Amino acid sequence: MTPPVTATLAIRVNGDPRRVAPGTTLAEVVAELSSAPSGIAAAVNEAVVPRGAWSATALADDDRVEILTAVQGG
Amino acid sequence: MSDDTLTIADRSFHSRLIMGTGGAPSLEVLEQALRLSGTELTTVAMRRINPAARGSVLEVLQRNKIAVLPNTAGCFTAGEAVLTARLAREALGTNWVKLEVVADERTLLPDPIELLEAAETLVDDGFVVLPYTNDDPVLARKLEDVGCAAVMPLGSPIGSGLGIRNPHNFQLIVERAQVPVILDAGAGTASDAALAMELGCAAVMLATAVTRAQQPALMAEAMRHAVDAGRLAHRAGRIPRRFHAEASSPMAGRAELDPEAPAF
Repeated sequence: MTPPVTATLAIRVNGDPRRVAPGTTLAEVVAELSSAPSGIAAAVNEAVVPRGAWSATALADDDRVEILTAVQGG
Repeated sequence: MSDDTLTIADRSFHSRLIMGTGGAPSLEVLEQALRLSGTELTTVAMRRINPAARGSVLEVLQRNKIAVLPNTAGCFTAGEAVLTARLAREALGTNWVKLEVVADERTLLPDPIELLEAAETLVDDGFVVLPYTNDDPVLARKLEDVGCAAVMPLGSPIGSGLGIRNPHNFQLIVERAQVPVILDAGAGTASDAALAMELGCAAVMLATAVTRAQQPALMAEAMRHAVDAGRLAHRAGRIPRRFHAEASSPMAGRAELDPEAPAF
């Protein structure tokens, strides 16, 4: 049976399970967590995605997204 | 001192104190300590973004014109460390990385095999790699051989405040290294930082000794002076250690006095 076109995607964002609409981009997921214009990096399935490519990066089912920033340490 | 700059890769620094930012009770306390330390290069860690976080360590560094040095703290494998370094480069716009690959949480000692592999990969990827390493002269040499811009041997375990447990190894590392040797981890108080510099280290990296001191700003100032004093002493060249005393006043030209006829 063909899944309905409205089926959501199951992804993980910083370890938390999320359901998003098909076509959701990495830029949209990052924007929910921060509006900072710099200082943030994102990886999808252990691959760094440059900031300039976030809006062109559509997420897929089972994608694991990590969104990191600098904190006190070292 | 004015011309005695620290050069790592293509950058020069007047301060030889590299600070960490972990352990400070607040960003305000951290900022005051960083200012008094005189540091020009300071580490941060990379962690999942917390939308509820208030203030930013990056803003503190930018405000004080301190260069940011991302670390790979918390990484246990070369793969984790390489990805973390690449994320830091993307987030912070720097290809410098303080490379940490530790073996376990109890000792936080570097895993030499994973460390060397990560260092080689990151150097090949264009990073300026500053590895946190054991106080092992052989490993230090191998890290330099794969292209690390400095080596950062531990004096004692991270956060232990036990100082430099093997000064002899530090001398062996310094003696051979062609890149800056930077004490990393173990400094507990000012004399530890001074000793590192006296042994020929190019710089000292510390965090806990300042951020968890009873008065962080005061200890930061102490560390700044200790690093400067130790550096000057190293350049000045210390006297050899002697078993017996050696008079600093001349024996010649003394007055002839009757030792049996005291004037009192």
